[in-house]
Order: sequence, then structure tokens, then C-alpha cells
Amino acid sequence: MGEVIRFIQKQKFLLFFLIFESFSFYLIVNYNQTQKETFFSSSNRFAATVLEISGNTRGYFFLKKANDELSRENAYLKTLLPEQSVINIDDLFDFSYETPENSNYTYIPAKVINNSINKSNNYITLNSGENHNVKAGMGVISPRGLVGIVSNVSSHYATVLSLLNTKFRVSAKLRDSDYFGSLSWDGKSYRQVVLSEIPAHAPVHIGEAVVTSGYSAIFPEGILIGIVENFIIEEGEGFYTIKVKLSVDFKNLNYVTTVEKITADEQHELENITYEY
Amino acid sequence: MNINYLSKYLFSFILYVLLFQALIISNINFGVYITPYIYILFILILPIEIAGILLLLLCLLTGLTIDMFQNSPGVHASATLFLGFMRPFILKSIAPRDGFEPGISPTPAYLGFAWFFKYVIICTILHHIFLFMVEAFSFVNIGNTLINMVLSSIATVCFIMIIRLFASSNKKRK
Repeated sequence: MGEVIRFIQKQKFLLFFLIFESFSFYLIVNYNQTQKETFFSSSNRFAATVLEISGNTRGYFFLKKANDELSRENAYLKTLLPEQSVINIDDLFDFSYETPENSNYTYIPAKVINNSINKSNNYITLNSGENHNVKAGMGVISPRGLVGIVSNVSSHYATVLSLLNTKFRVSAKLRDSDYFGSLSWDGKSYRQVVLSEIPAHAPVHIGEAVVTSGYSAIFPEGILIGIVENFIIEEGEGFYTIKVKLSVDFKNLNYVTTVEKITADEQHELENITYEY
Repeated sequence: MNINYLSKYLFSFILYVLLFQALIISNINFGVYITPYIYILFILILPIEIAGILLLLLCLLTGLTIDMFQNSPGVHASATLFLGFMRPFILKSIAPRDGFEPGISPTPAYLGFAWFFKYVIICTILHHIFLFMVEAFSFVNIGNTLINMVLSSIATVCFIMIIRLFASSNKKRK
């Protein structure tokens, strides 16, 4: 027994190193498996507050561009409205986000307070959380296109699994021909993602728009992702590998919208029943 | 550790870990392959006699702080712990012939720029190898990981040397 105690005292440094190191690896492995809300992520209060202050300051430098983007989007949306509908100015400032009966999706605005593009698993932090009805699993879009999926929420903040994350998958289609495939990021460039599983007989041409397919219950159909930059077909394979140039500039992301399909639960329930048989 | 030390190193923690790393350097885009992690400077310049559990605790705290900002629980903590574990051995192996004077920190002011440069290179390489291997957690994209490792190490060493250049020139003017 005395031997053991003497050994421990002598190797205290190594022992504590191993204890702390196993704690770190526990965090790494645990977090990667479950994506649960963990204390050590930036939706926690302390980090989020510091990041919000820094994000607010940074936001001023992009106000002009953000304004420009929003007014363009407004103009586009106005062209979609039927002529006779009159917008009541009071409705615009009613932030209870009541959605009309016939609408399938709810939209909640949010501001980006932290963002990265240079890791293999990038996350974005938003300043809207449970208190603003943001929930895990909602889609995140910007005026320029698809951004990511909400992964964790706290009461005031939310972290988003960015499109620039090797764990991210979404169903996407070619806008002109409607052939759909699976879209993911290869971790190489922040301007490019890869669309695979498009069958070889589909007509593909460079410059064609790639949009969300709307099959998953997260994003509405037709949200822009990017345009086809180039495509190859490996010999002996029946599918294209298409490089898609992103429409969203992730280096410069300020205002986004989270979107949720109101009937998502219903769709999931029905699909689960079907797959069971 | 007296109270003078405490305020000095609290200041250096806020400066290097929170301000430089979490709020400035992490927000600058150097391209996909380059991510300098200069926060290790805080661990590097701790006094030489800080060793053992206090050193490891400081490493854990630094790593977890960075992890909070980078959304990578445990990744930076484990790499910084590894650096802290290796630091006494590195210092021992590159000590001057008659050993270190008692009570000094491994900074250029005490040991000269050439020595400090060597010290930073060794520590940065060890830390970055561990960090990028843990971050990737697989050998699938090993090419990418290696490029990341080499380029980021170079960037980190450059940044640390530039920062310390300013820090020591300030002291001389006073």
C-alpha cells in the first residue's frame, strides 16, 4: 500500500494530466455523438454576451450592405403579392408573428453574433432563442439563400449547424430539371459545396441554379443554395458529382431568418408510420 | 504566487486569450487552411517555477475558455493540456548551460529573442499537431489536416513573435 501511495505522489503530474485529458476527451466524444446542449458551447450566457457585444460592433460596418440586401428582397417579395392586397402598416410592426391559416411556414428574424468558416465543423450563433420561439431543428436562411439548421437553443441564443459543416446534409435539386440529390460540404472551400446522387441521364449545365427540394420537413421548396460551377462523372458510375458555388457569402453574414414548417410534426408522424411497415 | 503575479497574469489572460484570440484573430479570415491560435502565448510565458497541478489547471481553464468561443468542447482543452504537460520537459531540454535564474519567466526580456523563438517553435508545433489531429479525429483527410497543421503553425509563430516584439519594446521605453 505504501508503495502505491509513494508512486502516486511521485507521478502526481502525470496522473493529473491523464485525469484532465480524459475529461477533455469525454467532452469531445460526448458532444460529437449527441449534439445536446452542453455548457461549453457558445449558446451559454457568458460567451454569448461577449460575442453579442463584439457582433453588434462588427454589425455597424455591414449595415449598408444589409440594408441593400433587405430592400432588394422586399422589392422582390412585393412583386409576388397580388396587386389589390394592401399592407396595413401596423401589421408590419406587430412582432407576435401570427401566421395566416393557409401559410405552411413560420419565419422568425435573427441576427448572427458569431460565425466561422475555417474549421471542418463550423457553427453560427444567433441572438434569438427559446424566448423568440426558435427551436432546435428549424432551418436558417438568409436573403441570399440557405444557411444551416438550428442545433441547440438556450433562452436567448441559438447555435446553428452551418452549411459549412461536414456533418450537414440537405436534399437539393436542380431547379430546371427537378432531379434531386444530396448536398454536403467537403471541407475544402467556403465558397463551394458538393451535390451528389444526381443520375447520369439528367441534363446538367454550368450556371444552373441549385435549390432545396422541400422533401425534408425543414426548408420550403426552392430556397436558393448556389449555381453549378462544374461537374464530373466518374467512369463506371451512374451519378454526377457536381460542385456548387454557394450564393450565400458566409464570410459576411449578418441578418438571417429561421423557418419552421408548421405541419412538420404531422409529416414526420405520417412518415414514421409508413416506414414501420 | 503573490498578488503582483496574479494581476499581471490575469491581465495577460484577458489580453491574449479573450481579446486577441477569441475576439480578434478568430474573426479574421486567413483562408481555409490557416488558423493561428496565439492564445498558447499565455501558457508559454507563465513563470518557470509554475509546474505541476497549477500549470495543468491553468491549461484546462484556457482551453475550455477558447472552446466556449469556438463551439468545440474539449478540443482546445485537450491540446492545451498536452502543451502544459510537455512544457517542463521542453524547458528542461533547452535550458541555458547554467540553468534558469530563479523567479523568471521564459520571455525574450530574460532569455533573448533567439532562445524565445526556438521555444515558441517547439511548443507551437507540439500543440498544433495534437490540436489538429484531435479536431479531425480521423485519418481520412490526413492531407488536409497536415497542410492545416504546417500553415497554421507558421502563422501562429509569426503572430506570437510580432506580439512579443511589441510587448518587449514597450518595456524598454519605460
